[in-house]
Amino acid sequence: MICAGIVSTGCSSPRSVRAAAQSEKDRKKAPDFSLKDATGATVKLSEYRGKVVLLNFWATWCGPCQIEIPWFIDFQQQYKDSNFAILGVSLDDDGWKSVKPYVEKKKINYRVMIGTEELSQLYGGVDSLPTTFIIDREGRIASKHEGLISKSDYLSEIVDLLKTKSDDNETNVPKRSASWNFVRGFPAFLRAR
Amino acid sequence: MFAASPHSFAQGNVLTIAPPDKLIAKAGATAEARLKVELRTGYHCNSNTPSDEYLIPLKLTWTPGALEVGEVVYPKPQMEKYSFSEKPLSVYTGDFEIVTHFKVPAGAAFGDTVIPAKLRYQACTERMCLPPKTVDVSLPVNIVK
Repeated sequence: MICAGIVSTGCSSPRSVRAAAQSEKDRKKAPDFSLKDATGATVKLSEYRGKVVLLNFWATWCGPCQIEIPWFIDFQQQYKDSNFAILGVSLDDDGWKSVKPYVEKKKINYRVMIGTEELSQLYGGVDSLPTTFIIDREGRIASKHEGLISKSDYLSEIVDLLKTKSDDNETNVPKRSASWNFVRGFPAFLRAR
Repeated sequence: MFAASPHSFAQGNVLTIAPPDKLIAKAGATAEARLKVELRTGYHCNSNTPSDEYLIPLKLTWTPGALEVGEVVYPKPQMEKYSFSEKPLSVYTGDFEIVTHFKVPAGAAFGDTVIPAKLRYQACTERMCLPPKTVDVSLPVNIVK
């Protein structure tokens, strides 16, 4: 059972929540949204149809988010030409005031937007951070992760989804070598999650 | 009771504050109020002096009223290492107390009053964080001769 609202549903354990990737028939359409990125350009989720999208809700004050961000920078670098994209949605209350310097300092290489309450609600209510959705090439939510999971878990999901053919694009299996070697060498305590 | 964030995260009470005892304050003297705070097991919140510039400190802010607010004394933080941090973080866990020193003006009106305050904090577990939250606090005070 997925305990979706770690605190509000009365789950006593503060552990993160992991949801395995859903089978294709059970996947629901990822709600479309339109937000501005740091450059002022419009980011519309529906324009990413045909790509696997990692949609990450985060904030500058969130410690576990700071662990994931370098992984995402790595994924973006590795798979940017493999029909894959990362979209970061910050839920910092003060918006770009905190987020812009952070993005510059951490050299975030993927698109970052400031989230809205409406967007959080569209995605079922984001109760804690990080919360990450993996969206398949058909624009459907393949999985939702609340809390920190391992880099290898993300990577295996992404690679699996990239293997699937979309209506619009050919199968695009990324090269395994560098990142898979990295995953194999990843600390066991994180791999095991 | 809880101030809403622009992003309305659903959030239970991972931090609770015991209703403070009535403070008997003598006009012209000093008085000390102790705020008892409890964090749910498995959670920590940043101390008043977090280790990282991006982390949100615990902060108790009193609204000026019948008493003059002096020093707010936070407990000594714990330095805890979490899987998401490279170095130990300055945090509070479990039960702790925040002490506030007040000065009672000599001309303060006698009788009962309430001094309001706000406690802002941001809590996390080993793997996830809840958004910053502000809790209202009310300190009942009886000013006597």
